[in-house]
Amino acid sequence: MKKEMTYIDQVHSFGRKWNIFVMIMLIAYPMVTALIFRTGPDWHGFTMGLIATAPMYWAVAVVETITYVPMLGAGGSYLSFVTGNISNLKLPVALNALEQADVKASSEEGEVISTISIAVSSIVTTIIIIIGVLLIRPLTPVLNAPVLAPAFAQMVPALFGALGVVFIAKNVKIAVAPLILMLILFIAVPALNAGTVGIMVPEGVLFTLGVSRLMYKKGML
Amino acid sequence: MEFGINSPVLFVLAGIIVAVVLAQSVFFLVKAWKRAKQLGMDSAKLKRIARTAAIFTIAPAIAIVISVITLSKDLGLPLPWLRLSVVGNLSYETIAATNAENAMGLSFGQVTGLTATQYVTIASVMTISILVGIWLVPLIGKKLLTGVINLEKRDKKWADIFQNSMFIGMISAFVGFVFCDVADVFKGDFTGLIPVCVFVVSALVMAVCGLLLKKTGKRWIMDYALPISLILGMAAAIPITAWLS
Repeated sequence: MKKEMTYIDQVHSFGRKWNIFVMIMLIAYPMVTALIFRTGPDWHGFTMGLIATAPMYWAVAVVETITYVPMLGAGGSYLSFVTGNISNLKLPVALNALEQADVKASSEEGEVISTISIAVSSIVTTIIIIIGVLLIRPLTPVLNAPVLAPAFAQMVPALFGALGVVFIAKNVKIAVAPLILMLILFIAVPALNAGTVGIMVPEGVLFTLGVSRLMYKKGML
Repeated sequence: MEFGINSPVLFVLAGIIVAVVLAQSVFFLVKAWKRAKQLGMDSAKLKRIARTAAIFTIAPAIAIVISVITLSKDLGLPLPWLRLSVVGNLSYETIAATNAENAMGLSFGQVTGLTATQYVTIASVMTISILVGIWLVPLIGKKLLTGVINLEKRDKKWADIFQNSMFIGMISAFVGFVFCDVADVFKGDFTGLIPVCVFVVSALVMAVCGLLLKKTGKRWIMDYALPISLILGMAAAIPITAWLS
């Protein structure tokens, strides 16, 4: 008799199908465009553009997948890696929802809460972007108004100030070493900035895990 | 058919893919909601969580719309709409588009009237360079999460510390980023303090919300604490920037 699939097994099964389908659709966009307009890529430009872009982002994507999947859960991962904006939107949304529901990320309750929050966030984001695209003419002068520019430029500090205070206050012992390391690195190394912060997330996670393991073994946690 | 970066057919193509992604989100939402009910989770609690997620998303989503506007100057609307609805983010898309344009002798931000060939080239580079996450999660996601579950079975306390350490590691990197330009103060440039001040304002608002929650016991404060802190932090950036620039 065939064994009945658990909820998590179903999420993985459907998630795989959805993600592969979306991937095919995405690849189809430039291909169908080429067919409709009876053209093809500029192969030299394509190769050079790809060499300049892909290796770094492929490496980052591998590390991001390993880092973010355990935090996002199954459903949250399949959705987040399709809809993007993980560190600045999907993960904070999921973390806040887990905190709000008072459930652990690794529990099944945590899995569904993470999925619900990320799905809602993805739907709202998609709808707001659609509204933005439809109303781009009247919205452009408003959204590009110089008075609002500083607010949107400082979204990440505002987000991590609020999120950081909650998680750091709850995990002070764990947080001290990675905070000191990251502050020293970001202040001392000019190359570390808004463009490279995403690359530093896996390093921060690995370092924190290492220090926490050491502290745990020594009975400090 | 004559090519244009805002050709209606490109809107249709992008729209179809965005609709598929929207359907995926709805599918997982319904599935998770049903499972939550089976697990005996309170409907009111689930609605509160969904509402908070929706409200919290508004400001970052508007920032994404601004990114669409920024990229649309070179690439038209359909491609940035698609790229920023699916997988992408502004920094990646800008770098990918810039690299593809440079490879064809163009300069990002100064492009007028792309040809169909140039457009297909840029769209291909932007797409292929970002796809890894989409196929890698189906490939290794289950193994990674099974590893976390096994860890929990072996040593529950360490599994909790492990999860918290991952969250703290990510947050630490972003806290470091907030302080990345503070050393400029020694050169007489105080703009590096702007993100630090915004960070502090937002953290203080969150802390005040926490205190109010403890004092009053009103649950709605917890539901709206993060969106309120985010919005007030961003709003504070306006006078802080004017002051320190």
